Amino acid sequence: MTASESGPVVTRGLRYAFGEHVAVDGLDLALAPGEVFGLLGPNGAGKTTTIRVITTLLPAPPGTVTVAGLDVARNQRRVRRLLGYVPQQLSADASLSGRENVALFARLFDVPRSDRSDAVAGVLDAMGLTEAADRTASTYSGGMIRRLELAQALVSAPQVLVLDEPTVGLDPVARSGVWDRIHEVRHETGMTVLVTTHAMEEAELHCDRVALLHRGRKRAEGSPAELMAALGDEATLDDVFRHHTGDTLTPGSPAEEGGLRSVRAARRTARRVG
Amino acid sequence: MSVLPAAPPAGSADRFSPAAEVALLVRRIGAMCLVELQKLRHDRTELVTRTVQPALWLAVFGTTFSRIHAIPTGSIPYLDFLAPGILAQSALFIAIFYGIQVIWERDAGVLAKLLVTPTPRAALVTAKAFAAGIRALVQALVVVVIALLLGVGFTANPLKLLAAAAVVVLGSAFFCCFSITLAGVVLSRDRLMGIGQAITMPLFFASNALYPVDVMPTWLQWVNHVNPLSYEVDALRGLLIGTPARLGVDAVVLVVAAAAMIVIASALLPRLARG
Repeated sequence: MTASESGPVVTRGLRYAFGEHVAVDGLDLALAPGEVFGLLGPNGAGKTTTIRVITTLLPAPPGTVTVAGLDVARNQRRVRRLLGYVPQQLSADASLSGRENVALFARLFDVPRSDRSDAVAGVLDAMGLTEAADRTASTYSGGMIRRLELAQALVSAPQVLVLDEPTVGLDPVARSGVWDRIHEVRHETGMTVLVTTHAMEEAELHCDRVALLHRGRKRAEGSPAELMAALGDEATLDDVFRHHTGDTLTPGSPAEEGGLRSVRAARRTARRVG
Repeated sequence: MSVLPAAPPAGSADRFSPAAEVALLVRRIGAMCLVELQKLRHDRTELVTRTVQPALWLAVFGTTFSRIHAIPTGSIPYLDFLAPGILAQSALFIAIFYGIQVIWERDAGVLAKLLVTPTPRAALVTAKAFAAGIRALVQALVVVVIALLLGVGFTANPLKLLAAAAVVVLGSAFFCCFSITLAGVVLSRDRLMGIGQAITMPLFFASNALYPVDVMPTWLQWVNHVNPLSYEVDALRGLLIGTPARLGVDAVVLVVAAAAMIVIASALLPRLARG
């Protein structure tokens, strides 16, 4: 797996500001086809802003972000067709069945009517949800909802799967269940996975490479093993995280405010997962 | 492991032609309307609870005022005059709070997911507007049944009934987009709930839903003229009970108002998504 300018996701000098606050400052990333790439960093580091720009939720400055070689600023709809996106919140519609949740996204991604039923059944099966497919999502456990959201994101056969804190609030069994499914799908389809996480042990276990962001800037990049080795024999990814980010945020800074929003969203998700 | 879809499906989102855009819009409207019907199939509680108020308006207010003949409606029984107004009101009450659902969708991450599909913002708003129309239409059917049980003489002409259904959908689409626009401005559920409650009754009382325009004070007649609910009620009354109505004007006003509000709501959707 090697990164190139026409790779699945490339950012070059990406800068994004909310008013006076620079959320992402000159970020260079190049994902390789088929890899799991982790964006790590404390709250307010710029991870979510980066993902929102890549997924077209925020306007990308022209020439700074490409997905599969397409400039995101100029090809928003074509780029969206190549992406599967799972936000941090539990976003499946609890009042619809699992099958209806997935079928909605099959329709929104224009999966042809003749293939739709098979495509929906296929991703539900891949996520281990066939038996629960016709129950409303309100009866699902947190892990099942996450897998349902993965099924929604995968029904359009995306080239890049973007996951924002996919295991927040899940118990260890549900976490490994979600990651097992992600790896199975990746091996079967060769898709690239871009993931944000606070869980260093997950990044170490599941990411081929990670980039560590702090205050909008990339502080380190490489495989977890490389980053840990660079710090010492006994170093963990937690140590790498602390080494590059420190322990504190500037009180009252916009970064801290962004963190509050993130924490609130994470807690809301954790409550729903129960 | 089961077979996963192999490659992104080719869709009209990649072909930028007017015909393809219209086809995409129709597909998105269909998808969102289907979701509304699926939600109603799973949970009919809201359908039942939302029936209470129009039933009270018709059964209590309507029958009482029919007896005391306080409101001049010519040769038409007051209950018949009132029924299309209550029908429009019940649709209004559904649509005007649709923005709250969109704010919930933002908080739950649903809106972000929808915005990362190959769907133009305007198509997404239009699809949601028509979905609100479908939900309002189902509610309107319940109100029609109640009205018929109370003896209201609605037309049996299927074309007029279809046209009335289209009017309900159009009116609801306008108020749904109005609600999404408000959501895009205030950004919070609590504020929108307050605003929604503050404007629904004035919209209702400043329309021809309860009484003819002729009996209104002049200032209220002016408000009535800029109130889309009045055009919806006028069209419904003309189609369902055969009162004189300016159907052409009503249709044009509703279509233009809905289209304008779709444009405004679409422009505010990214702000709402970021909020």
